[in-house]
Amino acid sequence: MDGDRQLEWLRREGRIVIVGASLAGLRAAETLREEGFAGSLTLIGDEPYEPYDRPPLSKQVLLGKAAADRTALPRRRDPDAQWRLGVAATGLDMAARRVQLADGDEVAYDRLLIATGVRPRPWPNQSEAELDGVFVLRTRDEAARLHSRLAQGPRRVLVIGAGFTGSEIASACRERGIAVTVAERAAAPLVGALGGVIGDVAAQMQREQGVDLRCGVMVTSLEGDSAGRVRSAHLSDGAAVEADIVVVSLGATRNTEWLARSGLGAGPRGIACDAGCRAFDIRGIVTDDVFVAGDVARSPHPLFGYQFLSLEHWGNAVSQAEIAAHNMVSAGADRRPHMWVPAFWSSQFGVNIKSVGVPSMGEEILISQGALAERRFTGVYGYQGRVIGAVTFDNARWLPFYQRQIESTAPFPPPFPTLDMRSDGQRPLPADFPDPSVPTHGPTVTLGGYSPADRRMVFTPGR
Amino acid sequence: MRLVVDLNRCQGYAQCAFLAHDVFTMHGDEALLYNPQADAGQREQLRRAAAACPVQAILVEGLDETAGAHPAHGEEASRGR
Repeated sequence: MDGDRQLEWLRREGRIVIVGASLAGLRAAETLREEGFAGSLTLIGDEPYEPYDRPPLSKQVLLGKAAADRTALPRRRDPDAQWRLGVAATGLDMAARRVQLADGDEVAYDRLLIATGVRPRPWPNQSEAELDGVFVLRTRDEAARLHSRLAQGPRRVLVIGAGFTGSEIASACRERGIAVTVAERAAAPLVGALGGVIGDVAAQMQREQGVDLRCGVMVTSLEGDSAGRVRSAHLSDGAAVEADIVVVSLGATRNTEWLARSGLGAGPRGIACDAGCRAFDIRGIVTDDVFVAGDVARSPHPLFGYQFLSLEHWGNAVSQAEIAAHNMVSAGADRRPHMWVPAFWSSQFGVNIKSVGVPSMGEEILISQGALAERRFTGVYGYQGRVIGAVTFDNARWLPFYQRQIESTAPFPPPFPTLDMRSDGQRPLPADFPDPSVPTHGPTVTLGGYSPADRRMVFTPGR
Repeated sequence: MRLVVDLNRCQGYAQCAFLAHDVFTMHGDEALLYNPQADAGQREQLRRAAAACPVQAILVEGLDETAGAHPAHGEEASRGR
């Protein structure tokens, strides 16, 4: 069968399997149907729920303004799929083109899309992690449980890790009037993603809102009472914190273990794929029937020196799913690259934080508009004389402009005067990212080399 | 009715919070909070809010069960289930 006829057959009566029934999986399924795929479509998800939206879980759900079981994602159209929910994929046989499931079943495919995402890094000491009152926050069930415990009026919540999720949880606690301590290994919150200059602003913001913020410290152990409820935490500086809820917010790890013996290039840093979302096998050769999308994918981005970017971003999941779905049912010449410019948002302590590009590549930062002290500004990141990223605090309407600057590799510092430029904007400052060789809780953007099977990325609690 | 807002697109114009204040609220000057599952009684408000969004960031499912072709998200089809 020649390529064209085979593709025609695939589009008419082929079998496509999507592993991962969250945002990327759902949008890919919808796109396949929009593209005219008429064959059989199966979505496999380990949670018993249909695809739901996660960003509200650490914001309006914890604030009690929306229920965790009401964040199911709207459908753009009926994906007309067979749903296998509540059962995890446990293995992949690439030669036989079959996915193995936890219930012993196998599902055959002609094209496979892997969108298994990430899960939170657990507290490393298992018996401490099992204490009642110790939480992670990723799923709808976890959000519902945490919300119900917050509603009972805890005396103090300890959040371990001040990345975006940890900071949003701390913000929700303060808004509910709950005392909260945040312990962060780095010198400030958000430094992994946005650097020390912005981290200082985030630290001031937390302290002004009454967060007991402890930076430069590790939580060394958690202690429970005789009933197995968490009671306190010990810190590396010798202090102890009494808390009846502990939320572990130490970043995420990619769901690739089920692929360990498949021969696919899948490891703890994700699954490497080409810009068209085709997965690499363990030899570094691109496959033609296995595609990847969302948080679990790592793909080279031409705009950022072809570095493999692994992005835990909502918009990346949507965009990459659409590209993967299109390419799965398209001939070579019609395939499109995934060239989404990274972008994310957070809202915490009443401030809207948004970013485009890859700030963590930045060497310097210039506050081009507004002022750090007012918590209303635009920061532009420079890398080797070009604009590489931008962040706004309550200044989001400027971001599309800076996105175009990034896309056109505009010079840094910007050679033009900007509206609302203050003294902060007169000269660039070192962006002050932590030394990448020192582990932190993990930035939301990780940049890496070519070896997806490399097992050296291990979370190591510091000394 | 399920809804989602693409907060990458959202620029805090607050038209939705003005037109459907039971579903959308501004949190601070710029951040948007919304109820991801609105009641059927809020359909008309939601329809106006989705149509008025200057950046077309609001996707609602089942907004207009009869139209089929171009309801929510401005340009995007939302045929319900």
